Amino acid sequence: MRKQGLYLPEFEHENCGAGFICSLQGITSNDIIHKALDILEKLEHRGAVSADGKTGDGAGILIDIPHGFLTEVCDFDLPPPGGYATGNVFLPPSTNQQEYCIRIFEESCRKENLEVLGWRDVPVDRTIPGRIAAETEPHVKQVFIRPHFTPKDPLQLERALFIARKRAEHAISDSRLSESDYFYLPSLSTRIIIFKGLLMPLDIRKYYLDLQDPRVVTRLALVHQRFSTNTFPTWDLAQPFRYMCHNGEINTLRGNVSRMFSREELLASEWLGEDLKEILPVVLPGKSDSATMDMVVELLLMSGRSLPEVMMMLVPEAWEKNEDMSPSKKAFYEFNSCLMEPWDGPASIPFTDGNYIGAVLDRNGLRPSRYTVTKDGYVIMSSETGVLDIAPENVALHGRLEPGRMFLVNMKEGRIVNDEEVKEAIACKLPYEKWLKENLIQLKDIPYSKAPLQEDKVPLAKRIIAFGYTQEEIQHIVLPMAREAKEPIGSMGADTPVAVLSSRPQLIYNYFKQLFAQVTNPPLDGIREELICDISLTLGRDQNIFDPTSEHCRKLKIHNPVISKEDLDKIKRFGQQPEFKILSIPMRYEAARGLNGLEEALEVLLKKASDAVNQGVRILILSDRNTDEQQAPIPALLACSYVNSGLQKLRQRSGLSIIVESAEPREVHHFALLFGFGASAVNPYLVNEIIAQQIEQDSLPQCSFDQAIANYNKAVGKGILKVMNKIGISTMNSYRGSQLFECLGLKTDLVEHYFPNTPSRIQGIGLYELEREIARRHQKAFHTSDIPGNMELEIGGDYRWRRNGEKHQFNPLSVALLQKAVRMGEPKTYRDYARLVNEQSEQLMTLRGMFEFTNLDPVPLDEVEPWTEVVKRFKTGAMSYGSISKEAHENLAIAMNRIGAKSNSGEGGEDAERFYRTSGGDWRNSAIKQVASGRFGVTSNYLTNAAEIQIKMAQGAKPGEGGQLPGPKVNPEIARTRNSTPYVGLISPPPHHDIYSIEDLSQLIYDLKAANREARINVKLVSEVGVGTIAAGVAKAMADVILISGHDGGTGASPLTSLKHAGLPWELGIAEAQQTLVMNDLRNRVVLECDGQLKTGRDVAIACLLGAEEFGFATAPLVASGCVMMRVCHLNTCPVGIATQDPELRKKFDGKPEHVVNYMYFVAEELREIMAKLGFRTLDEMVGQVSKLDRKKALDHYKAHGIDLSPILHKIPVPGNRALCNTEAQSHRILESIEFDIIERAHPALFRKEKTALDLKIRNTDRAIGAIISNEISKIYGAEGLPDNTLKLNFTGSAGQSFGAFATRGLTMVVNGNANDYFGKGLSGAHLVLKVPEGSTFRPEENIIAGNVCLYGATSGKVFINGKAGERFCVRNSGAVAVVEGIGDHGCEYMTGGVAVILGETGRNFGAGMSGGIAYVLDTKGRFGRKCNSETIHLLPVDDPEDVQGLRKLVESHYNKTLSPLAQRILENWEDYLPQFVKVFPEEYRQALIRLKNEQLETL
Amino acid sequence: MGKITGFKEYERKVESYAPVGERIKHFREFTVPLGGDELTKQSARCMDCGIPFCHSGCPLGNLIPDFNDAVYKGHWEKASKLLHATNNFPEFTGRLCPAPCEEACVLGINEDPVSIENIEKNIAETAFSNGWILPQPPTQRTGKKIAVVGSGPAGLAAAQQLNRAGHLVTVFERDARPGGLLRYGIPDFKLDKSIIERRLEILEKEGIEFRCNVEVGKDYPTSQLRETFDAILLCGGATIRRDLPIPGAELHGVLQAMDFLTQNNLKVSGDPFDGEVVTARGKHVIVIGGGDTGSDCIGTSIRQGAASVTNFEILDKPPVGRPENQPWPFWPMRLRTSSSHQEGADRCFSIATKSFVGDTQGNLKKLLTVEVEWIPGPDNRPVLRELEGTEKEWNCDLVLLALGFTGSEPNLASALGVEMDSKTNIEASTRDFKTNIPGVFAAGDQRRGQSLIVWAISEGRQAAHHVDTYLMGNSALPLKGSGDLPRV
Repeated sequence: MRKQGLYLPEFEHENCGAGFICSLQGITSNDIIHKALDILEKLEHRGAVSADGKTGDGAGILIDIPHGFLTEVCDFDLPPPGGYATGNVFLPPSTNQQEYCIRIFEESCRKENLEVLGWRDVPVDRTIPGRIAAETEPHVKQVFIRPHFTPKDPLQLERALFIARKRAEHAISDSRLSESDYFYLPSLSTRIIIFKGLLMPLDIRKYYLDLQDPRVVTRLALVHQRFSTNTFPTWDLAQPFRYMCHNGEINTLRGNVSRMFSREELLASEWLGEDLKEILPVVLPGKSDSATMDMVVELLLMSGRSLPEVMMMLVPEAWEKNEDMSPSKKAFYEFNSCLMEPWDGPASIPFTDGNYIGAVLDRNGLRPSRYTVTKDGYVIMSSETGVLDIAPENVALHGRLEPGRMFLVNMKEGRIVNDEEVKEAIACKLPYEKWLKENLIQLKDIPYSKAPLQEDKVPLAKRIIAFGYTQEEIQHIVLPMAREAKEPIGSMGADTPVAVLSSRPQLIYNYFKQLFAQVTNPPLDGIREELICDISLTLGRDQNIFDPTSEHCRKLKIHNPVISKEDLDKIKRFGQQPEFKILSIPMRYEAARGLNGLEEALEVLLKKASDAVNQGVRILILSDRNTDEQQAPIPALLACSYVNSGLQKLRQRSGLSIIVESAEPREVHHFALLFGFGASAVNPYLVNEIIAQQIEQDSLPQCSFDQAIANYNKAVGKGILKVMNKIGISTMNSYRGSQLFECLGLKTDLVEHYFPNTPSRIQGIGLYELEREIARRHQKAFHTSDIPGNMELEIGGDYRWRRNGEKHQFNPLSVALLQKAVRMGEPKTYRDYARLVNEQSEQLMTLRGMFEFTNLDPVPLDEVEPWTEVVKRFKTGAMSYGSISKEAHENLAIAMNRIGAKSNSGEGGEDAERFYRTSGGDWRNSAIKQVASGRFGVTSNYLTNAAEIQIKMAQGAKPGEGGQLPGPKVNPEIARTRNSTPYVGLISPPPHHDIYSIEDLSQLIYDLKAANREARINVKLVSEVGVGTIAAGVAKAMADVILISGHDGGTGASPLTSLKHAGLPWELGIAEAQQTLVMNDLRNRVVLECDGQLKTGRDVAIACLLGAEEFGFATAPLVASGCVMMRVCHLNTCPVGIATQDPELRKKFDGKPEHVVNYMYFVAEELREIMAKLGFRTLDEMVGQVSKLDRKKALDHYKAHGIDLSPILHKIPVPGNRALCNTEAQSHRILESIEFDIIERAHPALFRKEKTALDLKIRNTDRAIGAIISNEISKIYGAEGLPDNTLKLNFTGSAGQSFGAFATRGLTMVVNGNANDYFGKGLSGAHLVLKVPEGSTFRPEENIIAGNVCLYGATSGKVFINGKAGERFCVRNSGAVAVVEGIGDHGCEYMTGGVAVILGETGRNFGAGMSGGIAYVLDTKGRFGRKCNSETIHLLPVDDPEDVQGLRKLVESHYNKTLSPLAQRILENWEDYLPQFVKVFPEEYRQALIRLKNEQLETL
Repeated sequence: MGKITGFKEYERKVESYAPVGERIKHFREFTVPLGGDELTKQSARCMDCGIPFCHSGCPLGNLIPDFNDAVYKGHWEKASKLLHATNNFPEFTGRLCPAPCEEACVLGINEDPVSIENIEKNIAETAFSNGWILPQPPTQRTGKKIAVVGSGPAGLAAAQQLNRAGHLVTVFERDARPGGLLRYGIPDFKLDKSIIERRLEILEKEGIEFRCNVEVGKDYPTSQLRETFDAILLCGGATIRRDLPIPGAELHGVLQAMDFLTQNNLKVSGDPFDGEVVTARGKHVIVIGGGDTGSDCIGTSIRQGAASVTNFEILDKPPVGRPENQPWPFWPMRLRTSSSHQEGADRCFSIATKSFVGDTQGNLKKLLTVEVEWIPGPDNRPVLRELEGTEKEWNCDLVLLALGFTGSEPNLASALGVEMDSKTNIEASTRDFKTNIPGVFAAGDQRRGQSLIVWAISEGRQAAHHVDTYLMGNSALPLKGSGDLPRV
């Protein structure tokens, strides 16, 4: 599908099911193929259904070359196995073009001294592919090739094949053949062959008839099924690829591709010689992330590295902060980090070259990968366990792939090689340690001569004006960072104009918006999961990647690339030696020459950079020092990006690294952009000087200059880490040059020239206007007379309103008028308010301000649906009880319930009392219950009482970030509603730990639907480029409502960087979502909702015309309730009693439900008037009618005239009367659940509380078992549930994901077998038991029995697991008690309550962010201490008698429930084991307990 | 900024007054400054609002949160710089402003507002006493000449601004000394005249020329004004007093408040004055008009030794708190009690004077009143209705008419050909302060009608920017920016 409207094809995502099966003994069979394909079938629920429901997104299988079969079916002789290569070839359908391609290919082979033995037509059943797939179906032939030489090693032949294939690909691609796109070789190998296509998994074997032939046998089979978020897949992108397949998403792709492109400059090898040119580019453009990665894998294999080594290079484990890693392995990783940045992102990558088959998992462990080894010698690996039926007694071992680890089967040796062994062997191949020691230069080791280098001659006072500093920036950004080493926090939303609509001169950074992860990949938590993150970089000249030498690590290593002037001085001096040349070039232009001057200066800059590369310069410093009366600064970002991309175009980029020495950057966002566009270090020298000045002026008491600078640099470093984490990237090495930004308001020609490959969708200003802004600042600094008494610096006003500062939509007058209107009930005053807001938006503060209504077709106002109907589509925003006071929260709920509209609980749970109406008839229940990453108070009962359940994927004010409610705010009342401990701080993680990809979201939607099938499921997204594609995926994942939030939404606390610079206006998001959904024929299935600073009826009308049919308001109803935009929500000092929990301040809350009702009424009436004017009697008629909008004719703004709104107003041409709004419900498959059958049989338990027990079978496709029954229990019995153990369910088999989700009290569920991810998610009081099935012979405690993220958000209940569980066990548990026999990394993360007993080893980073509850860990090897994240926890012996007794009781229960041999051993040797237990006691929890005790004493 | 929880910890305090018995014995200022670190605490009450409504409510756009923060941190000099960046004469407004900022203070929604005005005054006084207020003549001169007619707060502010921009400014004042109402209207106990002198000295040292006792159009030809100066700014004030045309208004003892106050100020300053000496000593004084001028008359009368002082206000007695229809942050009409009121005056509301009665010598002896009520009129405007049977007779020897001003004197305007509106205010918009005659500008009360000092300074500053722009094509003189709160 081509680019149209706001839709950009490059933002498609994919997520997949993958797996493999192999015979360790090398036994070949045809059955393996069928088993492998069965695996895919059992994973079908992990996918999505496209609009037509038929065409799959692609599937495939990789097997051994079936030599025996081929000799029989080929009409020519084949050499012995290994002596020839074969592969399927996708060819054009037309015969003449087929022949052409064949000829080119054969020629290419000949050039490599290869002989084509013959071609065989691959028998296929052409009736199998779906309609869409058939349109692009290739003709498939097999080619057979043998060398005309005797290869001295297998690699020689592989290389010849590689060059032959590559050359042919390029030649055909360049041929202008009309069907050249068809030509593709899934594989060409002497060992393996791939069958793949745009097919459903089941259809693979039906299509490729060979696969059904019993003579086709293999030892191994790698299978893959692709689910893309969108519906425009192609045959060649089906997986597996030649060496690997991939489940997940490579977040760093753009940077990786761009760096690969640069690396080609240096590629050189004897074996390639002159052929090199013909195989470039290595990475073909326009392919998927996985395809791209495969191409790189292939290239690296050709260098002679082994497949495991290549995987180690591309997907390194988190080595940087791993103290337990062997020095040799660490050296390997460090050395290779000079060659290759990590390909980062959620990734489970099964790979094979026929000799090795294995898989590697990303450093975060964000994809599930389970494997089973059977006693009869098979290894089965896939995303879920239980996909193949294996008798318990045949199981030798259940395992899982661990973060950063590799699982490898050596097919030749017929054994599993463990991670340590394979990696250690690779790491010792070359003397990496020695090379590093002799070559890598550490910045901290360079001596400082104490003699500062050059100073600017122009006084600081002038320079800060020239660079556009304001007092606010110094007071609110620079100083807090210098003081506290943290980025400053703000609250409420951004209501200032976007840069391109601001009349104040803007820095170029403000035209860029940070991209962030939502749904298709998770954002990360660099604070709690610091050990997997790293911001260090190496600087210098890159070397030929084929041929590693000591010279490759002749680089400068910087641990925090935000450096001080002192550091830069050191580097400059160091660069004076000939063997490490460093050159500084100025970023300045002659101000008087204006645009021409700037343009030319940029060209000169690039020329100088290019010359520098030729002169052997290794580090280039771009400096805007010495700006003066004549010389204006070139914006550092512009210069840096241009040198970065320009050198790349000149094929010189790998020659040097860039350091930026600039006065410009001061906010985190600025630095993030510089790194994102190619800088490797930045010295913000003017900030350094400002800090010095402030210290002189006594504005930084008790802080030395060095300390302040270090603090500031640290704050920026942390901030950038957060920006990286937002998009799911963990290392700066991968982030550098990745360009993960979207331009808002920059012309395409400017972007293409200076910032190539950055999306910019609505045009805007060009270099001319940019220069004018620079000139204005320069003018002000150097050419304006000094007026005594004037302020030296502008006041600012970006974060806090000031008269002469930036404009704000909420300003004294609009707030005052709105409050007067709703309080006095004055329609006239509301009109004044609305006029003010609408006009001020028309004075260009928002994109919607640029529209005007057109094509009017007036109807009488009384024919328009009444306001009482209109307001049913209105909602208030998600604000948690906790972030706002009880009074303010309930006020909104009552108001919205009065008018049949909906309020939103926010992420804080809700007091169950509020679920029932008061005697007065009012109802404090929030119709919408939010489920966010912290899962606070999310219980079965909570979900049951929702009319709509909202999954918050992102929040406009801080997309990609989590939140934090500090301990002191968690008073006992709030703690109760959040099911947490009073005074224990609560963290909402950046990601939902059960959503790392679209298939996971689909699972959560299923879980929630099971927990309340009457409620609509709403998925909240934030506007950014590609949100339409994501919305399409979310629609396919069965959401009922999709909310697109604007970037300007409010918040109770957010770093200022995020408030201002992440996310985009909803106008873009809603239009893109509407367009993409309509394009995919998915629009009718979902309701589209919009929010983000909606303030008036006009705002609503525009949102509706762009595609929204429901509307959310948050700031405005708060203002109606009394909010005065203090922007101190994060400080708990709200003086009007809204965003505070202080009892004294809460008393000051003065809002009434009537105020909010009045507001909604006024907005609805204003909207009705617009509807009447436009000619719509109902909102349904109005949705998506973009023809009623036009760009305002009279726009008088020098920057705005370049904006092109037509992409927003683009109407997707669709056949017939395709709906533009929601017309039908999603077909959820809840009714197929086995639970309804159980409910029928459990009648006595559910309705008469009679103890009932049932025996049942279960398999991995039975998901969220327990949720539906719990929903029924909650409906009848509320939060209380049933008495414990009323209904006992005994399951046998492998439980699907989310077993026991939200299971409530009274239920006891036992699984004899094993379970997948999210076991006990949201557990609400039930008891869960998971034990190894009868007949098993392995030791349970060494066996993986449960998947990742068990007990996520559990609030109460008990869990006993007779085996090990995966990563993130008990994450965000706030009250459940769990016993398990071993767990993976990040155990008990963010836990706030409950008890976790771990009777075995834990992974790394245990207890990160743990603020409450207790864990007991049996540490027999004494290694536990090293694995903890000790930031917040204490490790103590278990000696308190109460603790000892409690622990023993739990172990006893564990034994009683599971018959665990381990528990038995422990109990039998209690005295020996007890001292080996460690009690994990969070500091905050300890303090909270003391405080609670004191409070109790006081009340006594 | 500041102290996050300051507003919860400290109560509002402002400087206090010397006891009544003591202060009415003299005409000097009688405030008692806050001691110790009290001002730090008061500034700590500022909440650094996301929207500082005070900054919006202040007609000057004073950077209130910013200077409060500076005071809190002890950075007084910085505070002074911030304050002077928007206000040429904070020592005047710090004493005399009714502080609309405090009515708009967010803390004022449900607590006592921050004592902004008192902090302002202290910043100014601290700056003066530390010698931070020094003449700052412009670095270069433009050679342009500007005449500012009128030396009230508007004229002075404009003159200083224009001089800063490098123009040569001449201020014409028809009275003997500069200052306008500040000097002749405001009693010394509210504004000691040395405070004006102190500032004038600075202005003179900065290079502004003052030509007193020169009434343009009378002592100085209008034509010469036009020829000599590149631009003219009219800041003559709203000097036409409203009179009370009722029977007996001509009686001896019925006096315009301004005449009374001016004379007293001249006396206090030891300056000569024309005409009959008027004193309230031993008299029963009735002040008609419940505004600030009326209040100044009360304080002056009491200090002169009046036997009694009664104050009439025709409007209803406003509520002590905010009326519901004038919600925060708008300026409310509510009962304001000045220091003079506290000194012993009877205040009567909803009362209209019907006639004055004199003795045979034409001396005032009595006046007759009637009670009134305000009822909604045709376009919802309240109209006055007298209440039958409420007539009352009051003994009195001196009546001071403090009924406000109805516009500016037309002489100069008409001589220059400048258009005036029906209220005899000069027609000029706040967009550029230009009159219909090129090069002639108007600001302050002469343009907007009677108003507050803070508005006069504000207008003078804005007008200066536009005069500068007119002369130079652009201007680096600051504007206050948008954001004024309207009256409701």
